[in-house]
Amino acid sequence: MIDVATGTIRAPLVVAITLGYLGLLFAIAWWADRRAARGRSISARPTVYALSLAVYCTAWTFYGSVGRAASDGIGFLPIYLGPTLIVLLWGSLLVKMVRVSKAQRITSIADFIASRYGKSQALAGLVAVIAVIGVVPYISLQLKAIAQSVGILLRYPQPQAPDPTAMPLWHDTAFLIAVLLAVFTILFGTRQLDASERHEGLVTAIAFESIVKLGAFLTVGAVMTAWLLGLIPGPEPTAVVAESTPVLLEPPLPPFQDWVAISVLAGLAVMLLPRQFQVAVVEADNEAQIRRAIWLFPLYLFLINLFVVPIAYAGLLTFAGSDIERDSFVLTLPIAFDRPWLALLVYVGGLSAASGMVIVEGIALATMVSNDLVLPVLLRHWPARAQRADIGRLLLSVRRLAIVVILLLGYLYFRIAGEAYALVGIGLISFAAVAQFAPAVIGGLYWRGGTRDGAIAGLLAGFTVWIYTLLLPSFAKSGWLPIAFQDSGIFGIEALRAQALFGLEGWHEVTHCLFWSLTANVGTFVLVSALRGPTAIEAAQASAFVDALRQHGPTAMPLWRGSAEVTELMRLISRFLGSARTAEAFAAHANARGLTSAKELPADAKTVELAENLLSGAIGGASARALVASVTQEESLGLEEVIEILDEASQVRAYSRQLEQKSHALEAATAELKAANLRLRELDRLKDDFMSSVTHELRTPLSAIRAFSEILYDDPEIELGERKRFLGILVSETERLSRLVNQVLDLAKLESGHADWQLEPLDLEPVIGQAINATEQLLRSRGIRMTRDLPLTPMEVLGDRDRLIQVMVNLLSNAAKVVPSSGGCIHIQVGRTDSSIRVCVNDNGPGIPADEREAIFEKFHQAASGGEKPVGTGLGLPICRRIIEHLAGRIWAEPPASGPGARVCFELPALAAHDR
Amino acid sequence: MPNAPLLRQRLAALFLAGLLLWFSPLLDRLEEAGTWLGVPVLYLYLYGVWALLIAAAAWLVIHRRD
Repeated sequence: MIDVATGTIRAPLVVAITLGYLGLLFAIAWWADRRAARGRSISARPTVYALSLAVYCTAWTFYGSVGRAASDGIGFLPIYLGPTLIVLLWGSLLVKMVRVSKAQRITSIADFIASRYGKSQALAGLVAVIAVIGVVPYISLQLKAIAQSVGILLRYPQPQAPDPTAMPLWHDTAFLIAVLLAVFTILFGTRQLDASERHEGLVTAIAFESIVKLGAFLTVGAVMTAWLLGLIPGPEPTAVVAESTPVLLEPPLPPFQDWVAISVLAGLAVMLLPRQFQVAVVEADNEAQIRRAIWLFPLYLFLINLFVVPIAYAGLLTFAGSDIERDSFVLTLPIAFDRPWLALLVYVGGLSAASGMVIVEGIALATMVSNDLVLPVLLRHWPARAQRADIGRLLLSVRRLAIVVILLLGYLYFRIAGEAYALVGIGLISFAAVAQFAPAVIGGLYWRGGTRDGAIAGLLAGFTVWIYTLLLPSFAKSGWLPIAFQDSGIFGIEALRAQALFGLEGWHEVTHCLFWSLTANVGTFVLVSALRGPTAIEAAQASAFVDALRQHGPTAMPLWRGSAEVTELMRLISRFLGSARTAEAFAAHANARGLTSAKELPADAKTVELAENLLSGAIGGASARALVASVTQEESLGLEEVIEILDEASQVRAYSRQLEQKSHALEAATAELKAANLRLRELDRLKDDFMSSVTHELRTPLSAIRAFSEILYDDPEIELGERKRFLGILVSETERLSRLVNQVLDLAKLESGHADWQLEPLDLEPVIGQAINATEQLLRSRGIRMTRDLPLTPMEVLGDRDRLIQVMVNLLSNAAKVVPSSGGCIHIQVGRTDSSIRVCVNDNGPGIPADEREAIFEKFHQAASGGEKPVGTGLGLPICRRIIEHLAGRIWAEPPASGPGARVCFELPALAAHDR
Repeated sequence: MPNAPLLRQRLAALFLAGLLLWFSPLLDRLEEAGTWLGVPVLYLYLYGVWALLIAAAAWLVIHRRD
């Protein structure tokens, strides 16, 4: 407990918090695994993926950034700027890596490089060795950070670090933590042999750790910033401030080459560190995750760096003149501020940063060690043991053992190195080791020419230079080696001075190493690759990697010829995966090929490829290829044959693309044809409707004429008055008939475009006047009052005088037909806007319902006026619309501005002055 | 990813912008630029560019269908 009386944090509290936190991790991982088993994966979510990438931020970030900032200003920033930039290229780079890895079931960075260069076991082994040597010390650094933070906490309220080597083994927190983390990694990292499958629980726990460390760092940063701004009380700054803070207040830029080199290094490490490859590639589920990570991961880096400078500044102010290590400011500051709970929160944050790294690095390295180092040796030297039926379980045990050994190695190195420079500076040294993978990985994704020999030679050259210029000097600085080779060169040759190779002096050691190692690496890689052309398998794999973005899914042509037996293959696979899973996978494959059972599978290239693919996920591509080759007789394919097949494949792709384009074009044409057909049918229907309407309309007057003629014919005795009335009806019906026929002819003429148009500039006023004159008789007979509202200016339009009179007469007579028999009135309104003249005819009839305003312009549509028999032919308004539209105007009906009635308007473009 | 090539190109342009803003020799001038409200301008510049790059990347990725 935090003892108030003595002001100390007691060990049991720290132990309880540590165990509690790790217990929480177990619970989260277990819960996520359970959820995934029920098909509701947490780790497939884009945000969880982006957070798990933040395993990049280890204790070296959590404690070390502030230390670096306090020592040399902004030197810590490039470690995060580089990744921010490289992530912007992930849309191509990482997507490519993930697609290939999913198609080939790649399990680690060693597997990735080996698969690219023809599935070479030697190459896989070399990468695994480099990774282990480069990264295990980095694990030590994490354990050291945890041990140190516990030591500091237990000295509360004294902000000092104890000597970690002075503690007995079983009280050693680093050891206990290493054991607990090994257990966690084994439980959640080695559930299944297939290492290419995702580790749901593990990734979810890592994402959770990322939240914890960010939260802790932001909290302590906020508190320190508040203190700097004078918002909260704290200790008095010491007097000797002036000499230590200029590095923060007037930050010097590091030399340009260092600034660039560290950024490049970090940008490469964020993809190539075994743990980063694990979370970014092996644990990837979908490409939406990568898109989210493109901005969310840099945002995380930004946030975790936001308060680095304020904390460093606060540390320099508080501890100036004392011997407090700058790397421990994050933890010693809360102690100096007498805030025990904040100190404990920081401790948990550091614990999460360190443990996340150890867990993921542990699983990644153990996969490489078991698949690419132990298994090949086992197969070569103990073939009898390798024949066991359940070698899969043996291999899983090897992987678990490897985890324990790697973590213990990390612990041992921490105990041996202690405060030595070889451990303190390991962060960038580690980065430089994995940067050696860059030419093989990035070159392999974009350049077809690289060969296995080139990759091996390049890696060896780069790794050797790394050892000579960076690793050995760090040993020398730790006092483990004579410093002479560094000062005066190996064998006393001046040009071979370890950190001034060929006289390149004055650079930071990491920049120096990066320059020479990558030069040697790339140079050798390209040169040796150029010595001989790629073999068949190299060419095939090159194509699968370089063209990963062109093909969707694993459509690489199977490149295999020879004889094999399916039962042999199945027996081999079941030794690793178990018979149930093997049978299941083969049955699914048979199903996909349209066969009923695995027994019918032919032993052809596709089946052999399936076998190799299944094994790859468990033991890596290189070993899988070697094992499958041991049960089949492969005839070697010549390079020319391979290239032919690959060409064929790319031709097939090209053809299928062409086909796709053609089918798109066909689809478009079909759609157009369909639309045209639909239009024609609609027109046909309209024509039929028109015909039937016309005949119907013709029949009504005809039958009236016939009926009255028959009466007159049959009965000569009819009274004169009656006879006159009948003859009157005959005359009016005949008139109606001929009017109808005329209108039909007129409309047909307008519609077919054969009408004669006498277009001329004309003033609308006389047109309206003539129309009123023509309807005067009708209006007067019905007692309709007629008013008009015309502007004084001339209203010139381009039009056909007779046709416009026809339109006006039609509108007026329509209005006259609907107004009430007493008190009817019609109002003509003419107005002009800038570009058009509008004529409206208002009446005080029953009005037009809203849903009929458009319909009245259709042929034979007659506004139903209260159930009475419609008057007119139903062709007047359609004809008006034809005319007005021909004159580039429009005609419509609208409700009147006020009161009852209808209002029909048309608008014609006005003739501008210069048109006249 | 219907617009994937276009998105890749835009992000690559952003990458180049980042290179220019963070790794050009012009950065040296900011070293001497003094402070603004007590904070060295160099910090403000480096973190400001960082925030802008992230915001631009987020905007591009989220609005990629536009």
